[in-house]
Amino acid sequence: MALEAMRLAVPDLERLARELRARIIETSSATDTPHLGSCLSCVDILVAAYFHTLRLDTIDPRNPDRDRFILSKGHGAAALFQVLATRGFYPVQLLETYGEDGGLFAEHPPTPDRLAGIEAATGSLGHGLPMGLGMALAGRIQGRAYNVIALLSDGECNEGTIWECAMMAAAQRVQRLCAIVDFNKWQATGRSREVLALDPLADKWRAFGWSVVEADGHDLGALVSLLSRVPDGSGLPVAIVAHTVKGKGVSFMEDDNNWHYRIPKPDEVAAAKRELGVTA
Amino acid sequence: MRNAFADELTRLGRDDPRLVLLSGDIGNKLFDDFKAVAPQRFFNCGVAEGNMMSVAAGMALSGLRPVVYTITPFTTTRCFEQIRVGACYHHAPVTIVGTGSGLSYAELGPTHHSLEDLAILRTLPGMTVFAPCDEVELRLGLAAALDQDGPLYMRIGKKGEPIIHQIPPVFALGRAITLRPGGDVCLIAAGTVMPEVLAAADDLGRAGLSARVESFHTIKPLDEQRLDEVFRTCAVVAVVEEHGRIGGLAGAVAEWRAGQDGCLARMLSFGTPDEFMHEIGSQKYARRKFGLVADHIARCVLNATRVTT
Repeated sequence: MALEAMRLAVPDLERLARELRARIIETSSATDTPHLGSCLSCVDILVAAYFHTLRLDTIDPRNPDRDRFILSKGHGAAALFQVLATRGFYPVQLLETYGEDGGLFAEHPPTPDRLAGIEAATGSLGHGLPMGLGMALAGRIQGRAYNVIALLSDGECNEGTIWECAMMAAAQRVQRLCAIVDFNKWQATGRSREVLALDPLADKWRAFGWSVVEADGHDLGALVSLLSRVPDGSGLPVAIVAHTVKGKGVSFMEDDNNWHYRIPKPDEVAAAKRELGVTA
Repeated sequence: MRNAFADELTRLGRDDPRLVLLSGDIGNKLFDDFKAVAPQRFFNCGVAEGNMMSVAAGMALSGLRPVVYTITPFTTTRCFEQIRVGACYHHAPVTIVGTGSGLSYAELGPTHHSLEDLAILRTLPGMTVFAPCDEVELRLGLAAALDQDGPLYMRIGKKGEPIIHQIPPVFALGRAITLRPGGDVCLIAAGTVMPEVLAAADDLGRAGLSARVESFHTIKPLDEQRLDEVFRTCAVVAVVEEHGRIGGLAGAVAEWRAGQDGCLARMLSFGTPDEFMHEIGSQKYARRKFGLVADHIARCVLNATRVTT
């Protein structure tokens, strides 16, 4: 059995998060890949999940007992691709083909048969969480004790299927399903509380029958402790409303929605890396 | 037909632990036997078809064989994107069943009609599209669907449809079944409109024409070999479906034919026109209105042979 959770210590996770942020920014600049702000806001959540809690098998990525992580906010793929390579699903060098014609790394995750570590091809919002519910129900039917984690954006919570899924997961009391909302308060073209009436977001999940916690989505200690408590004993699906900052980690990108689509120039990449304390 | 579906599903579900049934808040009593056999593998997903389809895709990606069931518009057009992304892009073995297809629910109005489903679903890469003419084909097709590894859409009627196959035919998805031999004209049809087609063949026989009848239960992949045969041997080929004339079985046949050389047979298409049926009426009334009845089909085919010869 090669299933394992890495359980790295918090200082190691923090160092890894800084390095991954630097690589994501470099890749965005080198390959004209947008959604940088969305990627940077979820790096800590990905790091906590992949390098601490998730029980994964990089030798047999389809091991039926593995935990599943679904990037329901598929536009964060540039972050996920870096994380999967670093976690050992494929060589980091493969990422040098990022954005190349005929390559694998598009702006959104490909299907699982194309790239090790991917659980669902997302990009159209509102699909990942319901697919995750199907996987969690399958685990229950098959008697397998794996968790399914789906990472959502706050903009994604505009989609009706998220709330259809929330009701079904609660009705079925699927306690091995966890939805994390990367609540960075922005969507593509505006404040997420203004585009649609998103607030109070945690109360909405609670009202839909989920066990809800709010957390600082950049506090790796808090994140690993919450992720380690799924299922949390309530018998309900778990929602983590993670308060995040879009563009987190680089002062001139933080909470500036221009970085949803903007591509950093070389001098901005250098400045960002200095701030992150990453020299290589 | 839906009773046969429930019965066959229960029979298959008894032996196949991968089989899961997801229903969109319909057919509760219909599935009592299935629920008794496999209580852990029945899910009433409520009136939330988009979620239901994605849940099924997630199950299929986890080694199960989900079957999604509700009234046709709600399991097709309502959640088309979930079918496209979840089932088809992932090539996940989800069996999608639409009940009350075509004009089966004519009296419920156009919200419950499905005259576009074959057209849109066959555009999706890797999707198999299946429309059995009776419960015999339905049972054979359902077993075959669970035995293959990709998404499949199955379009069925409601209840009381006559049985066409008195003895079980040799069956494979993608392989048309010859219901009647004949050499002058050929009637190609899919789905529950088949009794009208067989009656039209009888009418043509009385008029001195030998009419071949083919059940093209699989619209995709299309049995091109059989098409090649009938288009080479018959003077008129008529395609009949309880579906719009845009993009269904006739559309698929026409696409195939456009790529063929020396296809001399005249082709006719019987289906519904480019309109919603705003007035109320039974399925029988609706079929008559749209010319999906034996006497109209026979008359048109007969006229076409006169023009051709």
